[in-house]
Amino acid sequence: MTHFSALSLLKNALTGHKNWDAQWPDSQPKAEYDVIIVGAGGHGLGAAYYLAKEHGITNVAVIDKGWLGGGNTGRNTTIIRSNYLYDESARLYDHALDLWDGLSQELNYNVMYSNRGVLMLAHNVHDVQSFKRHIHANRLNGVDNTWLTPQEAKEYCPPLDISASARFPVMGAALQRRAGTARHDAVAWGYARGASQRGVDIIQNCPVTAIRRGPDGRVTGVETARGFIGAKKVAVSAAGHTSVVMDSAGVRMPLESYPLQALVSEPVKPVFPCVVMSNTVHAYISQSDKGELVIGSGTDQYTSYSQRGGLPLIEHTVAAICEIFPIFNRMRMLRKWGGIVDVTPDRSAILGKTPVPGLYVNCGWGTGGFKATPGAAHTLAWTVAKDEPHAINAPFTLERFATGRLIDEAAAAAVAH
Amino acid sequence: MLLIRCPYCQQTLPELEFTYAGQAHVARPDAANKQISDEEWRDFLFIRTNVKGPHYERWRHAHGCGRFFNAVRDTVSDRFLITYKVEDPRPELSDLLEKSE
Ligand SMILES: Cc1cc2nc3c(=O)[nH]c(=O)nc-3n(C[C@H](O)[C@H](O)[C@H](O)COP(=O)(O)OP(=O)(O)OC[C@H]3O[C@@H](n4cnc5c(N)ncnc54)[C@H](O)[C@@H]3O)c2cc1C
Ligand SMILES: [Zn+2]
Repeated sequence: MTHFSALSLLKNALTGHKNWDAQWPDSQPKAEYDVIIVGAGGHGLGAAYYLAKEHGITNVAVIDKGWLGGGNTGRNTTIIRSNYLYDESARLYDHALDLWDGLSQELNYNVMYSNRGVLMLAHNVHDVQSFKRHIHANRLNGVDNTWLTPQEAKEYCPPLDISASARFPVMGAALQRRAGTARHDAVAWGYARGASQRGVDIIQNCPVTAIRRGPDGRVTGVETARGFIGAKKVAVSAAGHTSVVMDSAGVRMPLESYPLQALVSEPVKPVFPCVVMSNTVHAYISQSDKGELVIGSGTDQYTSYSQRGGLPLIEHTVAAICEIFPIFNRMRMLRKWGGIVDVTPDRSAILGKTPVPGLYVNCGWGTGGFKATPGAAHTLAWTVAKDEPHAINAPFTLERFATGRLIDEAAAAAVAH
Repeated sequence: MLLIRCPYCQQTLPELEFTYAGQAHVARPDAANKQISDEEWRDFLFIRTNVKGPHYERWRHAHGCGRFFNAVRDTVSDRFLITYKVEDPRPELSDLLEKSE
């Protein structure tokens, strides 16, 4: 497989870019694997990559019901940050951020990680207090996050309306400078290429219909649209469909699946230097390198697998964006879409072992798991390889919903993240 | 936008008049009369069916009569099979599916 470099680019330019190799083969399932990962999103593909690279486990298949990266990995607004309130979350997301830093070099694949900064706007006294609390907690955890006055926020992001007459007045902002965005598809592709280079099979358009267990209760493999495939270990990383898949193994999950939407505008010249999030009015915005404004909306109030989402949310989001950034009033929107996100009661992920021997789960990332992709994948691979928790994912157990040891980011942020 | 029929007002109205209130028919454990385990509390508080298909759920006509009612909605198509009053019995799925054919 080609190693990407300036030289390989030049060579291929001379032949009109017609001779690039396929980046990974479309694998056919074998009869049995050491590990099967259900779901070829960034998390599942990444876990396969780290299983092969760091644990020498290469007899691995990643199986997806659709195309790889066609789930939430390919549908999100790519916001990456780690300024979460609780110690457990800060460690997990900051671990991911450390990996984002060198990911393009690690994968020899440009994931376009850009730490352009994420600015979170405070519109009322509650926001100011809660963001300052986050900033202090973050500082104790060594996570960067700073408080900006409205003037400083405006300097960092000139399109922002900080006038006193604004409908949503800006009373300040929290800025994480290390935070930013990345190219979502490239993350899936880069991990897929790296995993497949090391012998992992990526099997697409093959829904897993059930998880099979032996008489001793252990996992024996998965039932798929192309028949039974045996496996010593199975890791489920199926985002919005995780509870459906886990049900078939007799494990009921504390998850509910909701549509979450996003939209993009027509492409324009660079106008927007960073990422801005406004939790209170539910709007997230950044500009992609192609020039489109990328705008994130909220979840529908009802559970659904429709992968569409309702129009009222889009209207609400666009209205909020126009209030905060009057310059975008007359932008035309190109398209909107939805993804199905799996939400836990405390809005923290579930990542680790399950009551079923040989069965692992990575889910509950809800509205905010893209940023965690390298960290979740890296620690999931560890847990699958060693059959024990990694120090960083250890608190994110399924048992916490019985013990009461929740990681209540829901109460901390009270909004999508 | 969903159109939802309030069984009390007997009117079909836009989704914006209503708030969703989660899975229906979740019974609280009888803690007054017996010892409830952590697992039973977990199931009551946190475990939901999250079905892909017909889902029994609660809605509230927040901007109308203000009352809670129940519904069965297909979570794949978002189509309502029925809405019914809280005091009505839980309808059998087989009856609903037959009717909607
Ligand atoms: C509109 C939107 C905006 C978002 N914005 C952000 C953001 O700005 N920042 C952020 O950090 N996060 C964001 N998120 C959340 C983020 O996208 C997800 O948390 C993350 O991408 C999850 O990755 P994953 O690999 O676990 O899941 P996915 O990429 O969804 O992968 C799961 C895969 O499992 C497959 N699958 C499901 N069922 C089966 C089955 N039975 N058999 C085989 N395969 C199956 C699916 O086809 C899918 O490809 C957003 C999500 C959405 C929808
Ligand atoms: Zn009513």
